[in-house]
Amino acid sequence: MTVISLDAVKRIVELTVDGQEVRVTEGSTILDACRRLGVETPTLCYGDTLTPVNVCRVCVVEVEGARTLVPACSRKVEPGMVVHTDSPRVQTSRRLVLELLGSSVDLSTAPDALRYIEEYEAQPDRFGADSLTVAQAVKVDNELYVRDYSKCILCYKCVEACGDDHQNTFAIAVAGRGFGAHISTELDVTLPESACVYCGNCIAVCPTGALMPVSEFERRRDGTWDEAQQTEVDTICPYCGVGCNLTLHVQGDEIVKVSSPDDHDVTRGNLCVKGRFGYQHVQNRA
Amino acid sequence: MPDLRLLSAEPTDAERTAIDAVVGTAALDDGRVARSDRTRRHLLLPSLRAAQRRVGWVTEGALGYACRRLEVPPAEAYGVATFYALIALEERPADVLHVCTDLSCRLAGFDLPEGAHASPCLGLCERAPAALRTIAGDEPLEIQIPATGPPLPQQGQPGLRLLRRIADGIDPESLDAYRAAGGYSALQRALELGPAEVLREVAESRLLGRGGAAFPTGVKWEAVARQPVRPHYLVCNADESEPGTFKDRVLMEQDPFALVEAMTIGAYATGCERGFLYVRAEYPLAHARLENAFAQARADGLLGDDVMGSGFAFDIELRIGAGAYVCGEETALFQSIEGFRGEPRNKPPFPVEVGLFGKPTVVNNVETLFNVLDVVSDTGAAYAQTGTEGSTGTRLFCLSGHVGRPGLYEVPFGTTLQELLDLAEARPPKAVLLGGAAGSFLRPDQLDLRLTFEDARAAGATLGSGVVIVYDESADLVDAVLRIAEFFRDESCGQCVPCRVGTVRQEEALHRLASNKTNGNELVVLAELAQVMRDASICGLGQTAASAVQSAMMNLGVLAP
Repeated sequence: MTVISLDAVKRIVELTVDGQEVRVTEGSTILDACRRLGVETPTLCYGDTLTPVNVCRVCVVEVEGARTLVPACSRKVEPGMVVHTDSPRVQTSRRLVLELLGSSVDLSTAPDALRYIEEYEAQPDRFGADSLTVAQAVKVDNELYVRDYSKCILCYKCVEACGDDHQNTFAIAVAGRGFGAHISTELDVTLPESACVYCGNCIAVCPTGALMPVSEFERRRDGTWDEAQQTEVDTICPYCGVGCNLTLHVQGDEIVKVSSPDDHDVTRGNLCVKGRFGYQHVQNRA
Repeated sequence: MPDLRLLSAEPTDAERTAIDAVVGTAALDDGRVARSDRTRRHLLLPSLRAAQRRVGWVTEGALGYACRRLEVPPAEAYGVATFYALIALEERPADVLHVCTDLSCRLAGFDLPEGAHASPCLGLCERAPAALRTIAGDEPLEIQIPATGPPLPQQGQPGLRLLRRIADGIDPESLDAYRAAGGYSALQRALELGPAEVLREVAESRLLGRGGAAFPTGVKWEAVARQPVRPHYLVCNADESEPGTFKDRVLMEQDPFALVEAMTIGAYATGCERGFLYVRAEYPLAHARLENAFAQARADGLLGDDVMGSGFAFDIELRIGAGAYVCGEETALFQSIEGFRGEPRNKPPFPVEVGLFGKPTVVNNVETLFNVLDVVSDTGAAYAQTGTEGSTGTRLFCLSGHVGRPGLYEVPFGTTLQELLDLAEARPPKAVLLGGAAGSFLRPDQLDLRLTFEDARAAGATLGSGVVIVYDESADLVDAVLRIAEFFRDESCGQCVPCRVGTVRQEEALHRLASNKTNGNELVVLAELAQVMRDASICGLGQTAASAVQSAMMNLGVLAP
């Protein structure tokens, strides 16, 4: 006999987004409803596999009756909710958020942010040349990946991936406060001295290229990183019996990066140090 | 949390003893964490504070030991420790002077000696300029400077409600004195009425919260009382840090038993067995007086398993902050108690459903709770006779700046600002800051404002936490505005972009205007920053970070052509 759990039966919630009615299951977010309708909503700190932290505020929308704008990525839908994503208030806030980020962070390797800046006609340089930024030296303290916090928008994704959303290693956390808030190991020790296990799952979720494999960092530095010339090859990790999916990023006849698809049931975009970084033997031609 | 990588540095015996005093004695098999300790992350901040009070700063050994005892990842503990301005992670002398450089102390002229730390408002504005000295050691000490302020301006005056015992000069360390002044008759009546009737009285009083948001207390209490999820928690928010505010400090220092009684009534009405009183670290006298009040109340059966022989169980734990204005935001306060960074949570869900430790939580300001005593003693209807239709009761105001008699004043709602200024013998003002750094500047022609929630709202102002700072003709308003911008930049938790970067850009633009190095677009930029911070910040800090600045520009023409 098939037992159907009534707990799993979810009610349908109806709401209006930009004048269009939409029906989504109870517990969905406004972002889910927007996506159902094909209403483009910018996101930076949101990740499909992560708990929403709603800190970047670029996804804010106007909900009728609410005093302030609300983050679409985390706000749950309610019956009869009337949402506007195209009001002047929303547009202004999104533009300002992008200007604030663009004026303080190096977004040169953040394709989504750059696209939004263009789309919202944001002018990050309007605050003047003397604006405080997070510019700092790149942290290169191990052979596998670099941390360039000049490019960090403090989206918390790496902290979540390292912590209880994915890896449960807790090697990094947000430290400091205000504009001085930053991602750090304990007492700012190097990664080799920290709890880091080099799974690289933080790299996988980083939306700005602040975290990058050394292989990519060096090619970018040398001007030999060329995504147009790269092909992606899906395969299965050869190391253990879990069977994680790997996406090999191949440029010329070399693997230059390994990632894993977010929508894979087993890995949800995650890998371990071997799957993500242990590919050199494949191209050992000696 | 298996396989946690811990720090290898060892604590000194003194640090170990200090932390053990908070956490309990160490588990026998050193290196492994006792099962009972695993959910005790909420002891992280008290542990760090204890270690610092012992040796003056938090060493790697102390941080590591706290992590080991509480099984907190070192990176997260470091994140927590670096969040709080008063926790030092670098060696410094045991004896540190924190000099207030905030609004009222600027008017009084502060002196920042070499080696001293500049501090945001210490809540001693009636005795400005003020400082706090912290001395670590075997018997750690925190000293408020000056040690005493002017006497209560309304000393001996009849007709006061919230301040009546203080005005009568009650001994704040004696439960007997409190009882003799009518103390604990309100709790007695509450126990006779039963929780439902207490809720009804509070609803009928139309009491609004005094912490700044003016939310109806009765609605909040009823919402928690009817939550099926258990346990419920009661939290008293005494993290009073709004520049210019000292009302809760005076209440806690001078009349601590009243707060204990009021919290007990609130817990009884809403079904809480445990209360937390979160007081900012800068109030050492309040800490001592409250701990004394708890101890006496416990000894007399007024806290504990069987309050007044009624079978109702309730006790209160004192939690002490570590220098973070944002922890006055209720959800940041929960995060702080739970041992996390004081980063506000997104709402909804609201605390009445998901609050401290994820449970339904009543969170009230100190002054709000004081009002409950009269509501229960006199009935809600009688209470509502005072004040106006929309603002019942009396209100405390913290007068400082250019006034002849600075201090705490209690007046019925509906009193005008001018009447209040007259009571305090204010000098003719050029401007008045009402509501604090998150409030707004008023012009001299706006002093006929009736001090009620509704009149303030209509005037585009807020009573906030009851701050009234008077600026006379000699005052430098540009300096005040720049300080407010600096304050918000310093106190932003850094979580959301509008506040983290917006407060920096706001301060930069104001400095450009003040030094005539304008880019030509500052006024537009400031207005847009104000909008995005108000509209898109997670919490009230960011949402109000531009209000006083904007009011100074719009209302008084400060830094505006």
